[in-house]
Amino acid sequence: MQFITFLKKEFAHVLRDRKTLLILFGMPIAQILIFGFALTNEVKNAKIVVIDYAKDVASQKLVTKLEASQYFEIEKTVLGADQIDKSFKEGVIKLALVIPSNFGADLAHQNHAQIQVIADASDPNTANTLTNYISSIVVDYQQELSRSAGISFRIVPETRMLYNPQLLGVYNFVPGVMALVLMLVCVMMTAVSIVREKEMGTMEILLVSPFKPLMVVISKAIPYLLLSLINVAIILLLSVYVLDLPIHGSILLLFVESTLFIITCLTVGIFISVKTASQQVAMLISLMGMMLPTILFSGFMFPIENMPVALQVISNVVPAKWFYIIVKAIMIKGLGFSGIWKETLILSGMTVFLLIVSLRTFKIRLA
Amino acid sequence: MRTIRFLLQKEFKQIFRNKIILAMILMVPSVQLTILPLAADYEIKNINIAVVDNDHSPYSQQLVTNITASGYFRLTGLNSSYKEAFELIDRDEADLILEIPSRFERTVLRENEGKLFIAVNAINGVKANLGAAYLASIVRRFNDDLRLELLPSSGMPQQPLIEVASANWFNILMNYRVFMVPGILAILVTMVGGFLTALNIVKEKEVGTIEQINVTPIRKHHFILGKLIPFWVLGNVVFTIGLLISWLIYGIVPVGSLVVLYSFIGVYLLSVLGLGLLISTICETQQQAMFIMFFFMMVFILLGGLFTSTDSMPAWAKLVSELNPVSYLIDVMRMVILKGSGFADITRHLIIVGIFAIVLNTWAVINYKKTS
Repeated sequence: MQFITFLKKEFAHVLRDRKTLLILFGMPIAQILIFGFALTNEVKNAKIVVIDYAKDVASQKLVTKLEASQYFEIEKTVLGADQIDKSFKEGVIKLALVIPSNFGADLAHQNHAQIQVIADASDPNTANTLTNYISSIVVDYQQELSRSAGISFRIVPETRMLYNPQLLGVYNFVPGVMALVLMLVCVMMTAVSIVREKEMGTMEILLVSPFKPLMVVISKAIPYLLLSLINVAIILLLSVYVLDLPIHGSILLLFVESTLFIITCLTVGIFISVKTASQQVAMLISLMGMMLPTILFSGFMFPIENMPVALQVISNVVPAKWFYIIVKAIMIKGLGFSGIWKETLILSGMTVFLLIVSLRTFKIRLA
Repeated sequence: MRTIRFLLQKEFKQIFRNKIILAMILMVPSVQLTILPLAADYEIKNINIAVVDNDHSPYSQQLVTNITASGYFRLTGLNSSYKEAFELIDRDEADLILEIPSRFERTVLRENEGKLFIAVNAINGVKANLGAAYLASIVRRFNDDLRLELLPSSGMPQQPLIEVASANWFNILMNYRVFMVPGILAILVTMVGGFLTALNIVKEKEVGTIEQINVTPIRKHHFILGKLIPFWVLGNVVFTIGLLISWLIYGIVPVGSLVVLYSFIGVYLLSVLGLGLLISTICETQQQAMFIMFFFMMVFILLGGLFTSTDSMPAWAKLVSELNPVSYLIDVMRMVILKGSGFADITRHLIIVGIFAIVLNTWAVINYKKTS
């Protein structure tokens, strides 16, 4: 009975602050939409310059093939090789392709020609990808030339892209952004709302009531759990109907796992609130301290297996990493519980551990 | 002038009094700048591959050896069926499957064409693409070697060959860290400045001390300036620490001049702090301010070109990134630190960020009301 009264108080607190409420719902929607449409680590429309000294049939054909691909935007301005450095410094082009003057002749007479690719490797990822694109276009061109020649002993690889045949970015980013947004929002909300009562002095009043301190904390977390579940529902609706990302697995399972993840994040928030005394510190920890690590260690930006071993170990304590794996498994791969029991167990373990530690250090008396 | 001096005294005292926050402002960026660039590595290596070899011929075995010897792939399963291998993909233990059909060697030799089947986990499209491309190039080289062995050489290559000679300027070793460190430093400086200012005025509102300032003859722009300058100094301190860390730990010394860097950072900080102060004048509670700043930060970071290139985004997102001060800073940091660009190269960036600074700060002054 007491508990319900407390819950009512907390709901009143949350629902009264219209501005925060608006941000709370508006932000995940806006972010899923922005990132669903805009985020891609594909490299498209990269500005490159082609310096064609040959200007013969073969080189023209190659340039046409480059133009036909969506990867490049070929700068028309003709400039000499000596101006490449300047263009790189201004940041106008990412790559320069130099075709030597005897390109067509070499190809016709010696069956062997050379082109030069100069990439602005201050961004190694783009440089690498663009060089790869050019190489594969050149290989295509080569194969076109050799088709007429009749080559023997060919090995032809046939490649199939599983789950995401069009190689869309949303498949990767929607689960990632979902984990990121839920994590940061939940942690921050609980941490701040508890510390706020401490700062304002109202915590004192709650603690002298006959109500158990544990219940005080739990009743604070419940409104946020409900709000976050509504957020999950909105995010899923958006990703299915606006971003065309299908849900292959069970929606019920997805909600159960989301609830678990939200609870984990809420306990992280409780843990922070127990350890801090002012809202500012709580916020700085939950945002400045956690934003970049969550982005990097959840694995949706950079594959975790590429990281040094020590960082791979660190990544294990980031709850968002496990939720990201779970969401991908359920939504995209369509796996059931048997495919994600390990991740579920880890999240549950984290939650229990944090709750116990928080409760043991929770001070019933202030200062 | 005298008013500002007193205001500054007050602000600095408050900053230095709160030891925890001061420590966080200095420690959090330092620790993150030390660790995070190591995590941000896009170079694809250690691709897990599962092989289903139905042929068991010398050729198929040679091919598998070539793949594992390439250094890009890690053989995580030799399975007897595609279904078995697919389970590895489901469990994330394999990224791609290579299936060698039975009688592969015989078909290559007798029918002149043998097929291989590759299936890639494409949830992360870029990784999938690169993995498949690496594997295809290994197969191609294997194929070339095979042909060389089987066919009497004739001096001239049998098929037309266009060699791509590639050169990587500014970063010959293709070191990804050199690219990430300036970008991450840019984000950290932005976060310190943005979050602290966003919380600052609103805290005075929440605690009630703003009333005391409102009843004094302090002018509105004095008040805003008094808030702006301390955090501007702090931002520069954090930036300097960041440069030292990138030099000591990552050995990155700016190729361009420090004067260019610091001038840009100076103007840039004004614009970010202006945004923070503006948010702070709009909100009533620290919670609200934090949420709004959080929203902007997420958009700024993820659309700022730190991790993913802005060129590949759709047109409307490019427009957003035109309005994103962080994308200008990241750009300039990389240009000056890695390529040695000078004032002439970054004029456009400087002017735009300058406009942001003027607009946002003026707005903040106008929006700060001394009467409620």
